[in-house]
This record gives sequence, C-alpha cells and structure tokens, in this order.
Amino acid sequence: MAVLHLEVVTPEKVLVSREVDTVVAPGTEGEFGILPGHIPFLSGIQPGELRYEAEGKKEFLAVTEGFSEVSEDRVSVLVDAAERATDIDLERAQSALERARERLARERGAEDVDFVRAETALRRALVRIKVAEKA
Amino acid sequence: MATLKDILRKIGAVKKTQQITRAMNMVAAAKLRSTQGKVEAFDPYAAKFAEVLENLASRIDPDIHPLLVKKESVSQVELLHFTADRGLCGSFNAQLIHRGEKWLSEQRDQGNEASMTVVGKKGRDYFKKRDVPITEAHVQVYGKIDMSFVNQMTRQLTDRFLNDELDEVYMMYTRFVSMARQEVMLVKLLPVEPPQVDEQEESTRSEYLCEPSAEELMIDLLPKHISVQIYNAFLQNEVSEHAARMAAMDNATKNCKELIQNLTLAYNKARQAAITAELMDIVGGAEAIKTA
Repeated sequence: MAVLHLEVVTPEKVLVSREVDTVVAPGTEGEFGILPGHIPFLSGIQPGELRYEAEGKKEFLAVTEGFSEVSEDRVSVLVDAAERATDIDLERAQSALERARERLARERGAEDVDFVRAETALRRALVRIKVAEKA
Repeated sequence: MATLKDILRKIGAVKKTQQITRAMNMVAAAKLRSTQGKVEAFDPYAAKFAEVLENLASRIDPDIHPLLVKKESVSQVELLHFTADRGLCGSFNAQLIHRGEKWLSEQRDQGNEASMTVVGKKGRDYFKKRDVPITEAHVQVYGKIDMSFVNQMTRQLTDRFLNDELDEVYMMYTRFVSMARQEVMLVKLLPVEPPQVDEQEESTRSEYLCEPSAEELMIDLLPKHISVQIYNAFLQNEVSEHAARMAAMDNATKNCKELIQNLTLAYNKARQAAITAELMDIVGGAEAIKTA
C-alpha cells in the first residue's frame, strides 16, 4: 500500500519526519485531508490542529500559521511553531489563554496591531488547549 | 634595567591574560557549535520555503503585490544593520560598522535620507554617537529570537514601506563562509526582488492545485520570505561572531605564549647576569684580601 511521507518543519527543528497513512491539516480555507496519491497541492495553514494516522495510531499536533505542500506523496508542512499534543504544557497554555483574554478585553475597539496580535495569541492558546486535551 | 622581580611580575600578568583568552576561546567554540546546530536545523525550512516560493513566483504576475512593486522615486531608505553585542572578536564589528558607514555616505551622496534599524549593542553605540537616525535598536537579542519576534520586525518594516515612509529597505549582516572567512553581505529586502526562475527547471515542475489561489498564497508568503531572510541573518551573524571571536582569542593566546617565552628568556639572562656580577664581586674581594 502506498504511504505518505509527512514532514512538519519549523525554523527551529524538523518536528516530524515519518511515513504515515493519512494527514488532516487546518488549511486557511478549511480543514483538508490528504491520502496517498493526492495531486500536487499547496495551501496556507492557519493555527489549528494537525493530525495524522500511522500504524493504526492517531497523533495530534498543535501548529501555528504557515503553509503546506503536497507532491508525489510527500507532505511538507512549514509552520512558525508546532508542538506534539503530548509535549504541550496544559497549565502554561491555560495561563496564556487568560492573558490573551485580558489583553483582548483591554484592547477591545482598538483596530490596531496590538488587537490583532492579542487575537492570534488567543487563537493559538485555544488550539493548544484543545490539542493537549486529546493527548 | 628591569629588576628580576619586575620581570617575574610581568610574566605572571601575561599568564593570567592568557588564561582569560584561552577560556574565552573555549566559550566561543562551545557557543559556535550550538549556533551552528541552529543553522542546520533552519536549513530544511529555508530550503523548502525557497522551493515553494520559486514555484509560485514562476506562475504569477510580478506586480500582484505592493511589496514587489518598485517605488517610482526613492528618497527614504532604511538599513537593517547587524553587529554583535560584545567586542573582543577581532575586526568583526569594525568591518560591519565600516561598511555601514560606507552605505550611509553612498545614500547621502544620492540625496537619499537614510535611517537605520540596528541589531547589536556595538552598532547601536557607534551610530547613536554619530547622530544617525535610528528607528529602533534591538540589543541583547541574539540567541533569544524566535519566528514571532522576527515576524514583528518584518511587519514594522513592511508597514512603513507600504505607508510610503520608506522606499527601499536593505539589510547588512555577516555571512559565515568558513571558520577562517566571514563575509559582510548587503541584501535588498524591499521591494522584494522576485526569485530568479530557472527556465529548464520550470518545465519539469508539477502544476499545483492552490488553496486559496496562487496570488493569495503569494501575498501570505512574501512577508514570510522577508522573515526567513532576517532570521537567517540573525543566525549567520551570530555564528560569524563566535567564529571571529574564536580566531581572535586563539591569536591572543598565541601572542601571550610568545610574550611569556621572551620574558622568560629576559628573566633568565638577567638572573645569569646578576649571578655573574656577584661572583665577580666575591672573586674581586678575595683577590684584594690575598694581596693585602
């Protein structure tokens, strides 16, 4: 059976590089799934949950923004940061969420960069908590 | 004549200096290894990124994004300038500062107003004293940066570029070539020069299904392209700094060794001279007594 080679790459390290059966990633236009034999494909990635199945086991990752490329059964996911579900520190994520909420409440109405940043921080924190709970 | 004690004291001082330079050499070596590890970890990301960007660039209209468009007239330019936070690394900082100065005077000759964003304490101190307009200074950031920090830097530069506050943005850093060679590089960040597309390669490239469209993806990727370049500059500059410091400290240690050798020689000579003089005195005295 054909398999996919998945690579999750961040500027700091190659987090995942292995053979998998399926990949589901959070694209900017919605979640998409990749199976072996997929046509060449490019997509943006937004902060969310990336999951893959290998040897009958499901694995979860939390990723931030980036993009992914699929060609010839190779899936490359390039993101600013990524974490395995099992590596996420739930407590830290919770406190980050609190901080982001506070900041968002303070910046409400301000249409500037800080607001956008607080929003992305909030979204990241939410994703990490969601993914961590699946570990 | 320097007394024996003076020479001994000097030897002791040089030995202590040697100890310090040797220690700094070893610290720089350790830091160099860890930073080199980071560079290697970044390589796969940078390589893949360049590949995808090139692929996209080959298929879209180069005027699609304002970051790609050249300004009609250039009057405001900015330089993102890298130096180290610390000295004692040979001509590393001096070279960067010298090239920075050269760039500044070139821009002024063309009638452009130049400002700087500086990374590193040495550069900040230098250019601050000379009243160069500094937009922002990042000091003590090496080794602490991550992609979100770099993204923020990129956003600041691109925002000012899009608001017509800046017409061109350059970046100057030191590229690590080998342990013995580091090169000062000057790179144009904005407007983004579209990556050169190899005609031959183009035909072998597969057509991609893009989501969202290729144009929209490109818009996301361009700022990222700048971030990748800046991140790379951070790493390269840091590696080069450590390599330069290692070489400088190695030289210093060698010089200390030579100095100690010379001083020891002088010490032995002086000691021998003193003993000879003393002997002459005794012999002279004994002769005097005998003849008396």
